[in-house]
Amino acid sequence: MRNALRQMSTLLKWLLLAAFALMILFPVVLTVSNSFMAEQEIGRHYDALGADSTATRDHAAIRLIPERATLSQYNEILLKRPKFLLHFWNSAKLTLPIIIGQAVVGTLAGYAFAKLVFPGRDKLFFVYLLTMLMPFQVTLVPNYLVAQQLGLLKSYGAIVLPGIFASFGVFLMRQFMSGIPNGYLEAAKIDGAGHLRAFLHIALPLVKPGIAALVLLSFVDNWNMVEQPLLFLSEPIRQPLSVYLAYIAEGARGVAFAASVLYMTPMVLIFLYGEEHLVEGIQMSGIKG
Amino acid sequence: MSHNAAMMGCEFERTRCGASSEGGTHLKRPSLQYRRDAPFVLLFLAPSLAGFLLFFILPFGAVAYYSLIDNPVSGHFVGFENYRILWASGSFRKAFANSLTFAGFGVPLLYAASLGLALLLRGKLPFRQSFRTMFLMPLVVPVASVILVWQTLFHWKGAINGFFLHWGSDPVDWMNTRWALAVMLIVFVWKNVGYNLIIFLAGLSNIPAEQYESASIDGAGAVRQFLHITWPGLAPTSFFVIVMSIVQSFKVFRETYLVAGAYPNDAIYTLQHFMNNMFQSLDYPKLTAAAVLLSIVIGVTVYILFRLERRSREALS
Repeated sequence: MRNALRQMSTLLKWLLLAAFALMILFPVVLTVSNSFMAEQEIGRHYDALGADSTATRDHAAIRLIPERATLSQYNEILLKRPKFLLHFWNSAKLTLPIIIGQAVVGTLAGYAFAKLVFPGRDKLFFVYLLTMLMPFQVTLVPNYLVAQQLGLLKSYGAIVLPGIFASFGVFLMRQFMSGIPNGYLEAAKIDGAGHLRAFLHIALPLVKPGIAALVLLSFVDNWNMVEQPLLFLSEPIRQPLSVYLAYIAEGARGVAFAASVLYMTPMVLIFLYGEEHLVEGIQMSGIKG
Repeated sequence: MSHNAAMMGCEFERTRCGASSEGGTHLKRPSLQYRRDAPFVLLFLAPSLAGFLLFFILPFGAVAYYSLIDNPVSGHFVGFENYRILWASGSFRKAFANSLTFAGFGVPLLYAASLGLALLLRGKLPFRQSFRTMFLMPLVVPVASVILVWQTLFHWKGAINGFFLHWGSDPVDWMNTRWALAVMLIVFVWKNVGYNLIIFLAGLSNIPAEQYESASIDGAGAVRQFLHITWPGLAPTSFFVIVMSIVQSFKVFRETYLVAGAYPNDAIYTLQHFMNNMFQSLDYPKLTAAAVLLSIVIGVTVYILFRLERRSREALS
């Protein structure tokens, strides 16, 4: 009897979770499935959304299964619209340097905050923390002026450089570095090379999962960036895919689903490959110390 | 005895004992370590600190300064005049109120949703891992790549209104009425629930299992166990989740912009829209004053939450 009751409650829980999961996954599933529809089919389902009064139906229709699965959207976007690949490349050019820079700067500074002793260390770390909490718009004007002074507005530097030094990388790596017992480092420090040796031979190998987590979380954030390019890059042709997709969604619904899928694919693949690191990174961001 | 222990310590840490034999006791150690670590601090921290000062601290000081002068070119000091003008502006007050409203609804909603999911997901369950993966998915799926779905659902002629009409109720103009706030709340929860879920799951696993065992031996039901063990045990986690959710709620511009464009309905015109528009119209006095106000609001909120957390931790122990 008790056992049956327990099984019932597990089943109930499971059904609730499944319902939630369906709702959460719905936008992704719809985007992926519709990316395999031909342009005409997309047109029929969605033409109610346009200003065109010759629409075949009153309201947009949600269809998960294509009448005839085709790769024509992908064909169109990859082969006939070179602009798409250009914007994809823009996204990569913005994201990759930030991730690499953040990992290097963050790992070094994370070691300093976790394992070195210097006056004002904890206060300085608190200031780092505070800036992490502020929205981008707070320092918009001076960031723009600094970029202008340094002549960075013509390049992506105005976005990449502040990205590299964003305090999140330092914060996360400090959390991981704090987890290394001091005793491990003492052994390496004894023969004179000191912290440099301890960092390279002990700390760095041990925080590899931390670096992986930082790379993932930073990728998530920067691959999605919208505000910075919107305000700092005046030419539409230099916008990353995140901003460009908003335009396609308006104008070319017929290929926008495939474009969206291509845009999310690198993220999703890296996520599925490194989910454990991502989870660990999120947990670490929640541990104070 | 204590002498012996100290000698044993010396064998492991020769340098430190050398220092104490100079006559100093433990009191001398920190400054010595400062001196020993100093070159390394320079090496490890300098790159980060240089960039941080240039791109975050200096700009922050500049914002505070700009908010007190009439404009960056002439640079006359005007005191709090910019703040007065800012406060007199209707669109600022609307944006400010909207941001607070959004946080006021969004943070509790997100909190409840992620805690609920975490409670459902704890313990043994078939496909537990797959559920976690699914709930984390929105975190990595760029909002830009699912805007089409949101538009399809909430457009005046979108799927939801089609559904409503079919069942005989009146359609709702989701994006052009106050309902836009509800739509943004859905997108906000959708995007952030996975992150908080992970934090809550970690918090739950930190509560010792014995507490539950002894409680159930005492005959405490699920509700009492939740109120007396789970809820207080999650207090530190909850504070962190709330702080991060507030911060995220002030950063919801990205999603709002992608779903509703630069000029959304009044109900979701937030401080970030206001600041972006001030930037584009080069109204630096208003923008910098708003930036200072926003950072004060965030700073004070976070400070109060941290104080509350400390007090609740002291009350527990």
